[in-house]
Amino acid sequence: MLIKKPNEIRSSEITPRELYLNRRQFIRAASATAISAGAMLSGLDASFNIGEARAGEKLANVKKSSYSTSEKLNSLKDITSYNNFYELGVDKGDPAQNAKYLTTRPWTVAVEGEVKKPKTYDIDDIMKLSPLEERIYRLRCVEAWSMVIPWIGFPLSALINQVEPTGNAKFIQLVTLYDPKRMPGQQKSIFGNVLDWPYVEGLRMDEAMHPLTILSVGLYGEVLPSQNGAPVRLVVPWKYGFKSIKSIVKVRFLEKQPATAWNLQTPNEYGFYSNVNPEVDHPRWSQATERRIGEFLRRKTLMFNGYGDQVATLYKGMDLKKFY
Amino acid sequence: MKNFYWIRIAAFGACLIPFGQLLYNAYQGDLGANPIETITRFTGSWSLIILLVTLGVTPLRRLTGWNDLIKLRRMLGLFAFFYVLLHFSTFLVLDHFFDFDRIAKDILKRPYVTVGFTGFVLMIPLAITSTAKMIRRLGKRWQQLHRLVYLVGIAGVIHFYWLVKSDIRRPVQYGAVLAVLLGYRLVKFLLPSGLPRLFNRGTSLKTTAE
Repeated sequence: MLIKKPNEIRSSEITPRELYLNRRQFIRAASATAISAGAMLSGLDASFNIGEARAGEKLANVKKSSYSTSEKLNSLKDITSYNNFYELGVDKGDPAQNAKYLTTRPWTVAVEGEVKKPKTYDIDDIMKLSPLEERIYRLRCVEAWSMVIPWIGFPLSALINQVEPTGNAKFIQLVTLYDPKRMPGQQKSIFGNVLDWPYVEGLRMDEAMHPLTILSVGLYGEVLPSQNGAPVRLVVPWKYGFKSIKSIVKVRFLEKQPATAWNLQTPNEYGFYSNVNPEVDHPRWSQATERRIGEFLRRKTLMFNGYGDQVATLYKGMDLKKFY
Repeated sequence: MKNFYWIRIAAFGACLIPFGQLLYNAYQGDLGANPIETITRFTGSWSLIILLVTLGVTPLRRLTGWNDLIKLRRMLGLFAFFYVLLHFSTFLVLDHFFDFDRIAKDILKRPYVTVGFTGFVLMIPLAITSTAKMIRRLGKRWQQLHRLVYLVGIAGVIHFYWLVKSDIRRPVQYGAVLAVLLGYRLVKFLLPSGLPRLFNRGTSLKTTAE
């Protein structure tokens, strides 16, 4: 498999700074005028909650990686206050508010199934399993917004190699914690569950072994905040964000393709592969463009989220309209 | 009733509170990581809420016999239109920045946009014909025309229901309120004679319409 360096986004595709700044000025000026006209009301205060005390601890000896993009990073505040993590609430701001419930010690990750050396890892051993790298990746949500995030972690392949998959291992399934006390979004509601808990995700073995696929334990040089999927989460940058499962407690090696949470919920909208693909629309909205958080104009969505040079070969000959 | 003047002023002020809050938060730079999404959702929610309140005026008037309430209806309806206009402008300017090609595609191809846009378009004649002059000019037909608001309400709830990813709780709650408000009218329509007194405490609309 040929692994090329990630291609850079051409500067012509980035929204000019003046345009972006003008938008802010416009909104500010317009609202200032209207406010002076009369309406003075108390706003919501911007509470900015980073979760339990452990989050924010510095991570030492983090290497840079050639897989990182040099695009402008989203702020730590954006990354930690605008989250899809339904276990901590369905609104974007809920996970930051409820992060305090998700304590991450003690924590174990059970690795089982078609492996020669099944093992239950303590989270502190996972943190030391392989040298930590900073991977600055684009994240494209299926809801058509995106961010650039400096993850810290190591290739998932490092874990896979340790447990030695058998010849039968064709897929892996990953499972999120199920604990309604620590994950209030999992508590039963009279309206039924938003998703079937626990959240499950899966990858084909070659996707799981791909060097871009990482387990992340931090971001911005610090321990991963709970709302971002602490203590350990998957990051697969060429797939829609929901594939990058959070707060993992189990990794299972399987012969058959595993079930995945959003596919169980709405099979015609969310497939197993869920590769970022501007040509295959979500049944209810277009995937051709996206809004990069912090930018005004929409930008074009790139095939495989701009990681085509590295991953397109994985899907050679596959009809990506059928295997969405 | 002299006091009603103050009730109208209060209702007018109350309808402006969400708008004021939006402006204040925008001024504070406090619209979250995705301000355009925040504005879209905020204006969309308040459009629906005020529309439902507007649809509640007549049932409440008839159930309580408080006929003055009708004096709030036009104002509430126009405020619902005001928030819908803000919502649509957000879609047009902030979200798509006048990319008419994409906007046209969205309206034609995305059912939730189609139905939302339909609701918006249906509100335009209602807003235009809301003046006293138009009410007089259209006579009986005014009331027939303004029954379109029932379709607007249905379009609004469906629009919301079709756009959520999986948490249907809020659209279902709005839908339940709408079902009660429209159900009231259906029952009243099906029982024209010998109405239970409960349904008809208020006097006929003609004598109270402004």
